[in-house]
Amino acid sequence: MKPFMHLAAAAATVAFSTVLVAAPAAAAEAPDALVKRISNEVIDSVKADKDIQSGNRSKIMGLVNEKILPYVDAEKMTQQAAGRHWRSATPEQKQKLTKEFRDLLVYTYAGALSTIKNETVEFKPMRGAATDSDVEVRSQVNVARGEPITLNYRLSNEKGSWKIYDVNVLGAWLVQTYTSTFNSEISKNGVDGLIKRLADRNAQLSSKPLAAPAK
Amino acid sequence: MNYTVTLSHLRLCAAAAAVMVLSGCASTANNPQDPLEGYNRVMFSVNDAVDRAVLKPVATGYKNVVPGFAQTGVGNFFGNLSDAWSSVNNLLQGKPEQAGTDFGRVALNSTFGIFGLLDIASEAGMQKSDEDFGQTLGKWGVPSGPYLILPLLGPSTVRDTAALPADIGGDIWKYKEPANWRNIGAGIRVIDTRASLLDASSLLEDAALDRYEFLRDGYLQRRQSQVYDGDVPRQAVDEGDAEAPAAKQ
Repeated sequence: MKPFMHLAAAAATVAFSTVLVAAPAAAAEAPDALVKRISNEVIDSVKADKDIQSGNRSKIMGLVNEKILPYVDAEKMTQQAAGRHWRSATPEQKQKLTKEFRDLLVYTYAGALSTIKNETVEFKPMRGAATDSDVEVRSQVNVARGEPITLNYRLSNEKGSWKIYDVNVLGAWLVQTYTSTFNSEISKNGVDGLIKRLADRNAQLSSKPLAAPAK
Repeated sequence: MNYTVTLSHLRLCAAAAAVMVLSGCASTANNPQDPLEGYNRVMFSVNDAVDRAVLKPVATGYKNVVPGFAQTGVGNFFGNLSDAWSSVNNLLQGKPEQAGTDFGRVALNSTFGIFGLLDIASEAGMQKSDEDFGQTLGKWGVPSGPYLILPLLGPSTVRDTAALPADIGGDIWKYKEPANWRNIGAGIRVIDTRASLLDASSLLEDAALDRYEFLRDGYLQRRQSQVYDGDVPRQAVDEGDAEAPAAKQ
């Protein structure tokens, strides 16, 4: 009887966790619906949480790690920013570089999130068909002053599920903007030099207070 | 005789060396869009120094001290003036509907918006567009040319710098009399603009490894996006092969 109960319990656990893991993928969410959902969730969380608005860094990081990072393909972003140097990097270097770049983006994004007040996000028609494997989701952030801020995302589902691999703010694509910095740093100090530089910057950012008023 | 020839030779060599050093400054640029990188980096540091010493502290003080509604009013007032020039440029670019919207914005905000202090038009759904003569030239097919940082004015391109006199001419506040009102207003406008960019510049400090490069590449992409009104044709990004081709215009 006992072994059977164990088996049944084990089977149930496996089934349950498979359902949990498979559920997001099985839903086959369209990329624009995905971005819209994440976007709204993040903004609602920020607006509802006074801690985040006053600059509680660990809370913001937690929010980013939990709600956004699972849908970001950091490796593809790093690969594109590194350009032709990616091929000559060792697997260990690739891993470290991806980690440092991802952390930099998280710190920077967290900084941006802490400044959200009353903005709303409006989504525009997606560029690309539902059957494409590479699409561009377009939105704009309506701010109190001035023109709306364009915020576009490039997503790819080449690895099975839709993931963001580039972001465009005010007309500038993030990966493209980092490409020349990566290139000149790698040309001067190699991939390890770039990794170290990113790591130093991340260490600096992690100790910096996230103040809501401008510095 | 030999002595004189040697001296001229020396002068020639010195001149040649100077030319080589100067052109060496320019040719270390590995970015095809930034052949003037030597000069630009110098101007970047100069502008940065002025910004840190004067503009940023003043703008921060302005942002923290001046009441929100007053800052909004200032922004709206000057935004209203720029809508007029924007309207002209939209016409020149062959976008009559947007030109009409801009004109409508000016009309509405100048009257019911109390001389532009209130931005009623935005609330009424009339979207603001930000057109200037540089974008008009771009729309007409003029390529942006090399990246060029202007003293105090900041990042620009050769095309946009050439368009600057037209933009200055189209700036209604330029015609404001008497002169002290005009200058005070211009000063407030600069401070207000800087204040509205404080969050963005702080983000730049965090995100950029090399602020000069980050600003350049971000600016050039943004400029191209403005010329195309957000609909920039997709460019192929090389993954692991040759360098990603930089934005063309």
